[in-house]
Amino acid sequence: MKSWLRNISNWIIGAPSFVWLVVFYAIPIVLVFLLAFKPVDAYGGLGEGWTLKTILDLRNPSYPAIIWRTFWQGIVSTTVCVAVAIPISYQLARMNSRWKNVILLLIIVPFWTNFLVRIYAWRVFLHADGIFKKLLVAIGLIEDSTTLLYNQWAVLVVMIYTYIPFAILPIYASAEKFDFSLIDAAKDLGASSFYAFRRVFLPVISKGIWTAVMVVLIPAFGAYLIPDLVGGPSSELVGDKIAQRVFIDRNLPHASALSALLMLAVFLPMLLGKWLNHLRRRRQAREGRI
Amino acid sequence: MGEFLRFENITKRYGQNTVLDNVTLEIQAGEVFSLLGPSGCGKTTLLRICGGFEPPDEGRVILDGVDITNVPANRRAVRTVFQNYALFPHLSVWENIAFGLKATGQDAKTILEKVPKYLELVQLTGYEHRKPGQLSGGQRQRVAIARALINRPKVLLLDEPLAALDLKLRQRMLIELDTIHDDVGITFLFVTHDQQEAMSISDHIAVLRNGRVEQVGTPTELYEAPRTSFVAAFIGDTNFFEGTVETIEGDYCTLNIDGFPEIQLFNDKKVHCGEKIHVSIRPEKFFISAVRPELTDAKTNLLHGKVEEVIYVGPHTRYWVRVQDWRVSVVQQHHGYGLDERRIKWDDEVWLWFGADNAYMLEHYAEVDEQLLALPDLEPEELEAVVEGGTQEVGAAE
Repeated sequence: MKSWLRNISNWIIGAPSFVWLVVFYAIPIVLVFLLAFKPVDAYGGLGEGWTLKTILDLRNPSYPAIIWRTFWQGIVSTTVCVAVAIPISYQLARMNSRWKNVILLLIIVPFWTNFLVRIYAWRVFLHADGIFKKLLVAIGLIEDSTTLLYNQWAVLVVMIYTYIPFAILPIYASAEKFDFSLIDAAKDLGASSFYAFRRVFLPVISKGIWTAVMVVLIPAFGAYLIPDLVGGPSSELVGDKIAQRVFIDRNLPHASALSALLMLAVFLPMLLGKWLNHLRRRRQAREGRI
Repeated sequence: MGEFLRFENITKRYGQNTVLDNVTLEIQAGEVFSLLGPSGCGKTTLLRICGGFEPPDEGRVILDGVDITNVPANRRAVRTVFQNYALFPHLSVWENIAFGLKATGQDAKTILEKVPKYLELVQLTGYEHRKPGQLSGGQRQRVAIARALINRPKVLLLDEPLAALDLKLRQRMLIELDTIHDDVGITFLFVTHDQQEAMSISDHIAVLRNGRVEQVGTPTELYEAPRTSFVAAFIGDTNFFEGTVETIEGDYCTLNIDGFPEIQLFNDKKVHCGEKIHVSIRPEKFFISAVRPELTDAKTNLLHGKVEEVIYVGPHTRYWVRVQDWRVSVVQQHHGYGLDERRIKWDDEVWLWFGADNAYMLEHYAEVDEQLLALPDLEPEELEAVVEGGTQEVGAAE
């Protein structure tokens, strides 16, 4: 095929997804950022002109605690999810295919039940009259007066529960392709099992791990249903605030400003990480050690 | 230099399947020892047991006087070059080679000193920044070798290291391996299904079949004095004949092969009169001529037959000659200028002769093994089908 022809056909093949990404992804993101600089009118619509007022409103004294909580809950739940998903994926990838499929199915089965129903199930489970609480009281681990529900710990537990499959699937997909003879090779060269795991298995499946981190961290930062249903007034997250601004206050610019903040909170550390990594590689290349 | 690595009564089973059956082998320090056999013969399992990746069900592995049967892989002074090389894809050539030093906690100075040396040994200086994905097959293999050698193992295990390379590269790497072996002086345990590879590189070869050692010997011993029809057929080409011992005179006996004149034979197996035996005669041991030769040596056997097939391949010609019920494979080297030589053609009446010392008595003969001769240059899977399936048709499954 002639090269210009191939170029054109590549464009034609790529066009639908490109258009899709621009229309449904790039433009909305730009809009979210732009909306943050629009004034609000009295009826919940957008006013004329541009303003910095919304950005300045973000200095609301109740926000730092909420933002901080969103951050640490997001990071803790992501860390736990990934930390649990790695050994599970490692074992899954080494299993024979029959058991592997059964367990993968078990991991996916909860998705067949509606998300809301599953969260309500947690409410029943953790409820003051629920089995779990009664069991803990019976063992003597907690007092009868302790509430398991409506606090940030309940939010964390349910978030971890919800996101673990999202962490397992990308990590498993990488681990499945992992050539386990590399572990043999590492041990053969004198590495301990742990060294082989850390220096060979983890780096080789790192793409899957980073995908899992992104896939869990982003919805965890944006979560609002879970804190809404199993959290109390003191366990609100940024997601709750955004929802409130949209549905209750009808203040789209404020919601946009908060959303933009969340997006930057994910995006900037990612960029920073890439840049540091790039610097490190450059330094190594200079020292001739790659 | 005495015995260095010893497999003692090694048995390994996977479920009902006995992969290694009471295997005992002795390997000398500094030699290249090959495990040769079709796939499924247990050679790779034996290698994995030596590497510490799998424990034997019974038996011991002794290295340099120490029983290492239960020593884990990372504590054995044994390194492996894997069939797929198993290079770490996320590490550069340099880091791959340095891996063994880092994993065993050697300091940065040693690493900086040793890695360039081994890069040089395998002629990869200048490639240290490349990732395995940016290397050719031969280069990858050299990284694997350098990586395995850098910790100065007592034994280097090579698991079909050339199987993934094309023919030309395979021949070059074989020579290179030999050079590296001479440089480092480490014992090589080489696993292969390719008899030519094994013959050209090894000091000793163990021929394995269905988990048993069929024969151990130098390449020459295996070729010239195969114990069984399997070894005879697996290593090189041959002709099998069945006959009855008629008379015995001193070191020689006479053999009655159906349809042949009386055959004289060196009696190294001390057979008795009336015994039925099988002999193997290599195609190149025959002389062929269209005119009846004047034989001066009394210990020469002369046959008369008709040429059925002629294949000219440059340095030599291969004939199939019908002698009564037998189809005899004969290879004749061309010593003279080919165009001038009077050529033997199809349907020519010819004379064949061979010395009494050049026919070798087999201890064990199985008809299955004769199929190996009819099917040269098989892929390992096909060979397996022949060796294990016996009468089953090769290629019929496809």
